[in-house]
Amino acid sequence: MSERTRTRTQVADVDRSLYDFTYSEEGYERYDDGLTPDIVRAISEKKDEPAWMLEMRLKALDTYHAKEMAPNWGPSIAGLDMDHISTYVSPRTKQAKDWDDVPDDIKNTFERLGIPEAERESLAGVGAQYDSEIVYHNMRDEVAKEGVVYTTIEDALHDPEWEPVVRKYFGTLIPPADHKFAALHYAVWSGGSFVYVPAGVTVEYPLQSYFRLNAEGAGQFEHTLIIVEEGADLHFIEGCSAPKYYEANLHAGAVELFVKDKARLRYSTIENWSKNMYNLNTKRARVGADAQMEWVSGSFGSHVSYLYPTTILQGDRSNCEFSGITFAGATQDLDTGCKVILNGAETTASVDTKSISKDGGCNTFRSSIVVGRHAANARASVSCQSLMLDDISRSDTIPAMDVRNATASVGHEATIGRISDDTILYLMSRGCSESEARTMVVGGFANPVSKELPLEYAVEMNNLIKLEMEGAIG
Amino acid sequence: MQDQLLRVSGLSAGTEDKPILQDVDLTVGAGQTHVLMGPNGAGKSTLGHVVMGDPTYIVSAGSIVFDGKDITEDSADKRSLAGIFLSYQAPVEVPGVPLYSYLRTITQKRPELKMTARKFRSRVGDIADQLDMNSSFLTRELNVGFSGGEKKKIEMLQLLLLQPKLAILDETDSGLDVDALSVVSRGIEAYRQDCDGALLIITHNTRILERLSVDRTHVMVQGRMVAEGPASLIDEIDAHGFEQFEHTGGEQQ
Repeated sequence: MSERTRTRTQVADVDRSLYDFTYSEEGYERYDDGLTPDIVRAISEKKDEPAWMLEMRLKALDTYHAKEMAPNWGPSIAGLDMDHISTYVSPRTKQAKDWDDVPDDIKNTFERLGIPEAERESLAGVGAQYDSEIVYHNMRDEVAKEGVVYTTIEDALHDPEWEPVVRKYFGTLIPPADHKFAALHYAVWSGGSFVYVPAGVTVEYPLQSYFRLNAEGAGQFEHTLIIVEEGADLHFIEGCSAPKYYEANLHAGAVELFVKDKARLRYSTIENWSKNMYNLNTKRARVGADAQMEWVSGSFGSHVSYLYPTTILQGDRSNCEFSGITFAGATQDLDTGCKVILNGAETTASVDTKSISKDGGCNTFRSSIVVGRHAANARASVSCQSLMLDDISRSDTIPAMDVRNATASVGHEATIGRISDDTILYLMSRGCSESEARTMVVGGFANPVSKELPLEYAVEMNNLIKLEMEGAIG
Repeated sequence: MQDQLLRVSGLSAGTEDKPILQDVDLTVGAGQTHVLMGPNGAGKSTLGHVVMGDPTYIVSAGSIVFDGKDITEDSADKRSLAGIFLSYQAPVEVPGVPLYSYLRTITQKRPELKMTARKFRSRVGDIADQLDMNSSFLTRELNVGFSGGEKKKIEMLQLLLLQPKLAILDETDSGLDVDALSVVSRGIEAYRQDCDGALLIITHNTRILERLSVDRTHVMVQGRMVAEGPASLIDEIDAHGFEQFEHTGGEQQ
């Protein structure tokens, strides 16, 4: 097949120049590298936090130091040296209400990512996180009028009305002792979003936040806490992007989602990290009776990812739908998946994931379906499709099922495929170049997930796929 | 050389381990209709694929000249943009790619077919009507879940949309019921009339040829061209089969 090899286009590494841009850190505060109780106290003091929060941080720090560094499964995180990662970098600006008040370098970063435009067009609110503080925060008046709260956790803690609410929920779904990086998160968390949707309120437009890591060697530990009260309905979008650095970067955020009875929450994420990022994010949702939790997740970039959004279907007849896609290129080892715990009777879960591996990238899909003793007639189906673009990439599927109720039914299917030469010939013989043909096939493969995203995010995801597939500069 | 749209000269080609085409000559003039016949396994489809630029086959000798340019080394996409179209026996399914946006993409690759989105929509609609295609097909994924006959209609739809200078129809009539066959025949007729395109029809079924005026007939046996003649050759093959040619082919080996 030498002829074929010769004619095949070399697909070079990704052009990330769109995302790889940085601005000076001059004038920013930066705490000493490494992690001590003094650093934790300094973070808490600067935020002027209630005492219980400082206590929680210090306890979490103990837990962090007590726990073993690496898990004995999954990709290596040996490249992560916590002694040399600053845990907190605070931008020199206060939170701004108006886009014009945001400093120019920060503004440029966001404008390149298209955030203000997106907000102007259809989004109800934007909370953009630059490094560790929210620098821009705004929400449309009509949403606020209905009693919807969308702010930072810090601001909520300073508000006597919301401080007790944060205290009631914060750290209850993902406890600090969950794993080493959860403990780290609770010790040094900073920034993130607090969303409260009152009972019966339907938020017409999606709320979105955009996280971005800029400072070299800086960790990002934002916390997202969303409470959707009974019968309420919310779509929350989280977007992440980070520029490229030579030192290892760490992301250990936490997302806690409380979906009350008859409520519905859709949580969409496009994560696009730079390729030296260790993404050790923890996301969890607790779902009440007759309620619905929908996850749409696109994971691009990062050097190593451990990411398994978890849904606890506590209430009867609650439902979870998960669609996710991951793209692993050269030097990437992405261990992703999804966990659903079906505790209520007649609960249903449907998990549909796709992975793409290219240039030696490694994708591992882990799913865990747990059906509890009381989950009569629970139903769960897991489908995992993998696409391998060459012979040096790797794709593994590791499904786990733990079914403790005889009336439950759980199904799993997994396929691993390649792009066939016949498909490429077909598209080329209608005028597409080889790389266009490959991009078209991969885009088609990803289509069931991008269809679930709001238009501008679907466009961003398609652009990311194009960049990953066609980028010639790298 | 307007009268020689396609000139295949001394072409030998095959897979890595097996020679298939041997010293093949074939000339198709602009706007002409040629028929390529031969028994199963003669190499007819291989010739179609080699002219289209399928990298499965390696050309070991000879040349392919199209529209005055030597395209022997060109990739399939270049040949497509130059005006060659191959309708496949078994069109592949491409999941997740909506037929309509695919059609828009391949049309936009051709500057000569530049049109507004509105014009494009009505053009596609007209062709779909012409081919008795349900317009709901257009929102479905490319070839996914379509019957054999429907896939052939989608091939015809692309043919009429792209208006190539040369269309190679590889067993487009095989496995079609009478209704689908008549639709495909109408598509071919429309292509002849609207685009004045040349045709190379690969078939062993003469039914599809009934409504067409054929300029030349070629017979291939065991990878070689063994006979060429006027349309009347088809009737001869209809009456006597390929046996007479198979003998010739055997001798030449």
